[in-house]
Amino acid sequence: MHMGDAIAGDERVNSQDSLSRRGSRGGLRPEIRGGLTRSRKVVQASMFSLFRVAAVINGVALLIIVAFVFGKGFRAINWTFLTQPPMDSMTAGGILPCIIGTLCLSLGAIAVALPIGVASAVYLCEYARPGRLLRMIRLAINNLAGVPSVVFGLFGLAFFVIYLEMGISILAGSLTLGVLTLPVIIGSAEEAMRAVPNTYREASLGLGATKWQTIYRVVLPAALPGILTGAILGLSRAAGETAPIMFTAAVFFTPSLPKSIFDEIMALPYHVYVLATAGTEIEKTRHLQYGTALVLIVLVLGLNLVAIVYRAHLRRKRMG
Amino acid sequence: MGSSMKTSPKISVRSLDFFYGGVKAIDAVSLDFPVQRVTALIGPSGCGKSTLLRCLNRMNDLILYSRAEGEVLLDNENIYDAGVDVVSLRRRVGMVFQKPNPFPKTIFENVAYGLRVNGYRDRRLVEEKVVQSLHQAALWDEVKDRLHDSALGLSGGQQQRLCIARALAVEPEVVLMDEPASALDPIATQKIEDLISQLKEAYTIIIVTHNMQQAARVSDITAFFYLGKLVEVGETDNLFTRPKLKQTEDYITGRFG
Repeated sequence: MHMGDAIAGDERVNSQDSLSRRGSRGGLRPEIRGGLTRSRKVVQASMFSLFRVAAVINGVALLIIVAFVFGKGFRAINWTFLTQPPMDSMTAGGILPCIIGTLCLSLGAIAVALPIGVASAVYLCEYARPGRLLRMIRLAINNLAGVPSVVFGLFGLAFFVIYLEMGISILAGSLTLGVLTLPVIIGSAEEAMRAVPNTYREASLGLGATKWQTIYRVVLPAALPGILTGAILGLSRAAGETAPIMFTAAVFFTPSLPKSIFDEIMALPYHVYVLATAGTEIEKTRHLQYGTALVLIVLVLGLNLVAIVYRAHLRRKRMG
Repeated sequence: MGSSMKTSPKISVRSLDFFYGGVKAIDAVSLDFPVQRVTALIGPSGCGKSTLLRCLNRMNDLILYSRAEGEVLLDNENIYDAGVDVVSLRRRVGMVFQKPNPFPKTIFENVAYGLRVNGYRDRRLVEEKVVQSLHQAALWDEVKDRLHDSALGLSGGQQQRLCIARALAVEPEVVLMDEPASALDPIATQKIEDLISQLKEAYTIIIVTHNMQQAARVSDITAFFYLGKLVEVGETDNLFTRPKLKQTEDYITGRFG
């Protein structure tokens, strides 16, 4: 350090030399005091602001959407709207069949996707050995996540509705939505299971538990909050999708409520789409469209809330 | 090997090699673990003592691309034989880990876990065993009023004694301990050491430790490992006061490590 200073001060070496010394031993002190620090501070501060702005944009976007839908739609909300079927060529009345339909479809989708998804995650996380099969399965799951939702709709039409002769039905729609939400469920379930410390597995096996007992009694319970998070995401996704159900489950109009899983139904997102594009009185039903959208948002938030409260309860119980 | 082992060994390791992939972690180790004694495995980090411990209940089976060659005899039966049921082996050879690792369940359920997975259905019997195991692990008085609280609310030392209770509940014949006190403060450590001294009345105990004083305090026999090889083994008192080899003496006096 001292030697470096002496050389730099006394011999007045050219800038090239002092640059090359910076890395070794001499000439560090000026940078600590001077300009470099200031410019780094500026970069630091501006990057921080940039990231903060990016984060704030998220919140603002959500706020605007909710406020917009709420402002335009809450006028339409009343008891009749929530408890009656549509009337007068869907320009009046309510949306009860759509609410019931969307509830059936999204819960049906979770009923399909959760067991298959968690089982897949168990295989990927606990049983599969690294190799070509595992790589292929992962590739397939990632690609499944990237398939456009309308393609799922067409697949559902071709496979469930026509080939398996389910017809336009809650069953066909739930299966289609289930396949669509599988990657979300698998991804979050696998992540949650990988986050379970290996020491739990070792402790369990060390007590003479089998692998399956270890998974069923230790790993899955410990991963449950994370798995629930995935279920919430999947449910929200399923409830809001239009394209996959328009060929498989939802119809333009039906005043009756479904009696079995083989019945066709109305659904909230498809109803918004229908009112906004296909009706004869698009302007007249504008408030009904926003009202329907508002109900959809509230429904999804409500379903999420149930899962979030349950998850919090699980975590509290665990921490004691 | 130790000349003073009069009883027949509970576990006998015969020219055991162990590999992680292509790396040899244990090199031709032969060692007897006598019944109702505490055997300490000491040596610097990476010397293979923990690996050896985990060979004794085949916990190393979980590691991909690892393999063991040689024999480990438990009551004269090789646990690496093809027909051996690893699950029941691990019930007979229990394990306590370096960091306390209770399940995120209640105190009661932690101890009951091993019983449940081993098919105990009778509630009264399970309860009896849980209480008995908590007594054995010297934890009962501290937890008797909160059996149905989460185990994660206990202190580190209490958690480790809970893990010992959990291991004892399934009535193992051997208890393996992998640095059981290294994450604990001196008071909690002393409790664990007292416990080990009591437990050897009924169990064969094998303990890995980095702490030389601990090995001297709790063990009857000490085995010193270096670079995957067994360097020296003997009665703990002899090994610490009159080591036969210079290498052992250097290690126990702290001149290398």
